[in-house]
Amino acid sequence: MTSNLLSVILFTPLAGLLVLLFIPSGNKKLIKLWANITAAAGFLVSVPLVLNFNRHLDGYQFVERMDWIPPLGVQYLIGVDGISVLMVMLTTIMGFLAIFSSWDSIKDREKEYYAMFLLQQTGMIGVFISLDFLLFYVFWELVLVPMYFIIGVWGGPRKLYAAIKFFLYTLAGGVLMLLGILTLYFQYATQFGRYTFEIGELMKLNLPLGLQQWVFWAFFLGFAIKVPMFPFHTWLPDAHTEAPTAGSVILAAVLLKMGTYGFIRFSLPLLPNASADKTIVTVLATLSIIGILYGALVSLMQQDWKKLVAYSSVSHLGFCTLGIFALNQAGIAGSVIQQINHGISTGMLFLVVGVIYERRHTREIKEYGGLGHVMPNYAIVFAFAMLSSAGLPLLNGFVGEFTILQGAFDANRVWAAFAVLGVIFGAAYLLWLYQRTMLGEVTNEKNKGLPDLNWREWAVFVPLMIWAVTIGVYPKPYFDILEKPVAQIVHRVHQSANTVANAPAATVEARSK
Amino acid sequence: MSVYYTATDHFVLLPVLLLALFGCATLLFDLFVFPEPKQRRWLLLFLVLGEAFAGVAFFRQQSFLTAHGGDLTAFNGALVIDNYALFFHWIFLVTTLIVGLISYKYLEVRDEHHGEYYGLLMLAQTGMFFLASGTELVTIFVGLETMAVTFYILVGFLRSDKRSNEAALKYLLLGSMSSGFLAYGFSILYGIAGSTRLRDITAAVASRDPYDPILLLGIATTAVGLLFKISAAPFHMWAPDAYEGAPTSITAFLAVGSKAASFALLLRLFAGPLGSARASWEPIMIAAAVLSMTIGNLAAVTQTNTKRLLAYSGINHAGYILLGLIAGNPTGLKGVLVYLLVYTFMNLGAFLVLTSLTRQGLAGEDINDLRGLMKKAPGHALWMLVFLVSLAGIPPTAGFLGKYYIFLSLIETGHTTLAVIAAAYVAVSVYYYFRLVKAIFVETEEGELPPLATSLGTRLALGVTGALTLGIGIYPEPFLRLAQLSISR
Repeated sequence: MTSNLLSVILFTPLAGLLVLLFIPSGNKKLIKLWANITAAAGFLVSVPLVLNFNRHLDGYQFVERMDWIPPLGVQYLIGVDGISVLMVMLTTIMGFLAIFSSWDSIKDREKEYYAMFLLQQTGMIGVFISLDFLLFYVFWELVLVPMYFIIGVWGGPRKLYAAIKFFLYTLAGGVLMLLGILTLYFQYATQFGRYTFEIGELMKLNLPLGLQQWVFWAFFLGFAIKVPMFPFHTWLPDAHTEAPTAGSVILAAVLLKMGTYGFIRFSLPLLPNASADKTIVTVLATLSIIGILYGALVSLMQQDWKKLVAYSSVSHLGFCTLGIFALNQAGIAGSVIQQINHGISTGMLFLVVGVIYERRHTREIKEYGGLGHVMPNYAIVFAFAMLSSAGLPLLNGFVGEFTILQGAFDANRVWAAFAVLGVIFGAAYLLWLYQRTMLGEVTNEKNKGLPDLNWREWAVFVPLMIWAVTIGVYPKPYFDILEKPVAQIVHRVHQSANTVANAPAATVEARSK
Repeated sequence: MSVYYTATDHFVLLPVLLLALFGCATLLFDLFVFPEPKQRRWLLLFLVLGEAFAGVAFFRQQSFLTAHGGDLTAFNGALVIDNYALFFHWIFLVTTLIVGLISYKYLEVRDEHHGEYYGLLMLAQTGMFFLASGTELVTIFVGLETMAVTFYILVGFLRSDKRSNEAALKYLLLGSMSSGFLAYGFSILYGIAGSTRLRDITAAVASRDPYDPILLLGIATTAVGLLFKISAAPFHMWAPDAYEGAPTSITAFLAVGSKAASFALLLRLFAGPLGSARASWEPIMIAAAVLSMTIGNLAAVTQTNTKRLLAYSGINHAGYILLGLIAGNPTGLKGVLVYLLVYTFMNLGAFLVLTSLTRQGLAGEDINDLRGLMKKAPGHALWMLVFLVSLAGIPPTAGFLGKYYIFLSLIETGHTTLAVIAAAYVAVSVYYYFRLVKAIFVETEEGELPPLATSLGTRLALGVTGALTLGIGIYPEPFLRLAQLSISR
């Protein structure tokens, strides 16, 4: 019935892009309309994915397999499990909202702008559904070029610096990751006598721990730069701050998740022994905790509204990676849910900044104050976004953070203790930001006549608010859909760690083959 | 051997005979039949015709090899037509054809349109033929000099331009020196083997200790001569100057054709007869590769002249291609061929766009001349993006495929450190390629400029190179099979 569903989801934005190219660039209305229609269609075609997904089945669903480059053993192999379904939905929804939110804010070179966004949609979806490692890599790199342009052409004053920094950082990580991929590919060929990039096949590899560690660090560079984990985060504040609003939204909501997704989908299952290795887990957890605390503390210091939100991402993503390397059900499931939550909350926060930036063209926090009197609706939406990001119970952020902390606590109590500090700091910088901008008397004359939210802005915020509440009140469906895939990953990591501990001879034998 | 010219000899030699004939005929026709400036289009047509005939001859050789297997050896082992050689002949043919097509308008604009240009292009290709097909040192050397001498002339083709003359002279001096090195190396190889045929040299080299000083000297001088020709560091000094001064179309020819031909020879020598002495040349090649990537990348970052920038990028690419030889396994050799193939298309394409920037009253060689290209000529701008992304080796373009093979071969042969260095430099190279992208797409140019210099020929060439750069990246299978065929002896 739905045998080509994933391909349809993958290529809808691309097909829309091809049509878009034929619309004359003078016809701005039509361009915007068409881009929005395509993005909405992109979301609508992804709905059946959730409806038809059977969470009781093991393994991947909606699998499509075709040879792509037979001499190299590269396949067009796509499929989803519970984790990827959530990521695909996040992409299609946030992609649509980001494109919709650009209606008024982009007034220059619209055609190219929307073309880049649609191309990026295809790239991101591709990353989340590829089950062939080289295919994954192609999509991974494909995402870079449109984002470079989105930041570099439509961004703020330091856009060019930010754009190339983003590009170089992530590309450098990506290329080193490619070396890791090729190592696995080559090892598979020596052990099994044929070439393949299929993840399911590569999982059968039996690699000595030392090699796994090398490959792990290669992957780590690719994924950690993308997440970004401390100390690779320096590209993020620049990119986030300079990107246009919709660009920041997509960057935060989806692009960063490619890194965490990479850890969950590739690092853990393909390199289970390395992932369970004590040193590696300690390093990763420590970096995550540093990221949580550092991101939060730096956020406290920011004078720039958007930069504050950007650094808060570093902190929140620290929670996500900490959850992953707790290596238990609660940690990983919580991490995935927190990735969704971060997409919603930080997406909203960036949109909130975007709304005020469009009216005042400054992001200095001290320019504002008492906006609640001028723009009451805006203040409500901001309060909502802030509380969801700070992890107020009954809103989405709480569910994710709580589950991650639970997982971290099971793995190591010290981690949990430090991470809790991050939650407190998080509440602090957000509330303080809110206080400085929204509460009190109107301090700046220029802010007196600002119009409140218009219907289009409402239309972007409302779905996100509803989503935030549903996750916060009733997260069970999310945990349900994640249960099987996460359990598999956890099982695989722990089982391999045990077999290696008990039977080191097996690896040596496999190596000598 | 009492028969000096057999049917096989003729069959092997036919394409290059045609090329030489058409080349010389062009020179004569230019003088006597089509002396009017307007009639030069017939000379271009002549070039196309010559390439078509040569193409048919190559095609017949190719079908013969497919049908009968084995190689075609001619002149008692002086020339060979194998799949490896044919692979390069096709590259040379396409390159010459495209360079011819893009030159017409360019030379008009630079006001240096002379008919002998097209003849010289074909004569240069004649030389390239012997580099890829020659299996005897003297034949190879004569081929090399034929190519080099025509290039000395072509680089200085803008007679009234000081830079062009300077470039030609520099290229001539350094090029002759490298030829000297090569001749010296060849003479030692001859001394070792007592024969100039590669098959005899193979046996002689294999019977010697790789650290034998005489052999070492012969190999080192041969390597130096060839590293000059492929513009690998530290023998790259001529390249930026020659690239900058030469007519842009010739820069493209030099960057693609001359480099591919020299690599054809390099690979035939070092993966063939000198393969058994790997221990003695591997350190040289590793040093040259790492230096090329380092110097090429770091120097390219600061260039403001696009031709110089692409010259340094070419040095960098030479380093990458050398890595395939260093790995030396089938993946690596295949990688060299694939890399050269995609390099041909993406580099020709990039130069092609630069060529069309040269128009009335505008040299078009500064990065700033690319500003606002997206607005003025979106077609050129988008294709240029494809070429640059491909040069940087980002999927899904063809350039990625070349890098893929090189990386894989290094990993397979345990050269992990080299692989990491090579991978790290990819990020550096993106920086300068994206300086061009930035100029094209992000920056804008105020004021009206004359439209780009394009013609039907350049648009056709642009479409072909662009489609192939993208197409090989997305559907590489046929090209990979071709490369596979070429290395399976």
